[in-house]
Amino acid sequence: MRRTEVSDGRFAATESRLRDLLLRGLNGDAAAYHQFLKALSAHLRAYFRKRLFERIDEAEDLVQETLLAVHNQRQTYRIDQPLTAWVHAIARYKLVDLLRARASRDAMTDPLDDADEVFAASDSDAADAKKDLGKLLAGLPDRQRLPIVHVKLEGLSVVEAAQLTGMSESAIKIGVHRGLKALAAKIQGGA
Amino acid sequence: MKTDDLVKLLAAGVVPVPAGAVARRFAMAMGWGLAGAALLLVFALGIRSDLAQAAGDLTFWLKPAFTACLALAGLMAAHRLARPGMRLGRAWVLLAAPVLVLWLMAALVLADAAPAERADLIFGDTWKECPLNIAFISLPLFAAALWAVKGLAPTRLALAGASAGLLAGAAGALVYALHCPESTAPFLAVWYVVGIAIPTLAGAVLGPRILRW
Repeated sequence: MRRTEVSDGRFAATESRLRDLLLRGLNGDAAAYHQFLKALSAHLRAYFRKRLFERIDEAEDLVQETLLAVHNQRQTYRIDQPLTAWVHAIARYKLVDLLRARASRDAMTDPLDDADEVFAASDSDAADAKKDLGKLLAGLPDRQRLPIVHVKLEGLSVVEAAQLTGMSESAIKIGVHRGLKALAAKIQGGA
Repeated sequence: MKTDDLVKLLAAGVVPVPAGAVARRFAMAMGWGLAGAALLLVFALGIRSDLAQAAGDLTFWLKPAFTACLALAGLMAAHRLARPGMRLGRAWVLLAAPVLVLWLMAALVLADAAPAERADLIFGDTWKECPLNIAFISLPLFAAALWAVKGLAPTRLALAGASAGLLAGAAGALVYALHCPESTAPFLAVWYVVGIAIPTLAGAVLGPRILRW
């Protein structure tokens, strides 16, 4: 449990930098939000790899699942709450979910640990995920898939996507929102 | 899909999150839930005919006061437990306080009453149907509260389910007060508490199954 002052300082710096990026992201700053998710995915990768004993494809699945959850549930972050506690609770929930699902195959390992640990290390070397989100996305109904493809992948505006598909603007927005939730459900469902 | 591509996808064209999105979700759930509970009350049980007369009596107001306080505490608890990494914290005190105050009042009333009257004070005329009626009237609120919590991100599912059930039970009891002819503290201290406990327990049992996300 010994931790040097230097690394304590680094935790605090990571916390405040990531929190700042997230808050800007919550206000609609896509560039800051991108940086936030990128840095977060590296922390999540290190966190899950350490706990899944280098089963790196499963760890990568969890990184993606947790990123989707963080995005879909981002309205639940409270400004007065430490970001590390929020992220850790989500990551731990997803980890426990996975461990429970395979409890019959493997011996359970204890995933309980400090909230700080989620920012303790970072690994930007992405492996391939086992579950292919691209395939899961292709399996969504058109009213969800097309808005995600046009707005999120091709970078069109909502207005442009609406014109292209003949859908209304609000249907595009709802399609993106529900589609990402459906994607999260599919990746969790072990599809 | 590579994780970097997912990150790019999620960040692309991200829209601002409105402040108070969580509160709005609960407000919507409670609005629909209360409307549903009120309809159920009017059509299935009916409003007591002497309501206007009873409302003139100060003792009538114990019921709405108790249930409303408990519902607010339940709302606060559910609101916290629907967020990752938030503990119940001091909401415990707010949850326990209305019940403890009611029990204290009931004890004082019973101590003050003649021994022969005590059973009447506790059982009233409707003790058999009261708890199940409260659970029944709470059903729309129960569904609405679980919907609100499920769409957020609860990480302790049994506790989050219990808090949603408590919110539904207390709000349902508030609605049921429009039908219920009882008003003594000992009656409320037993049968209302039992009635509210039914959806609370149901929430704790169902939470881990249906609140997963």
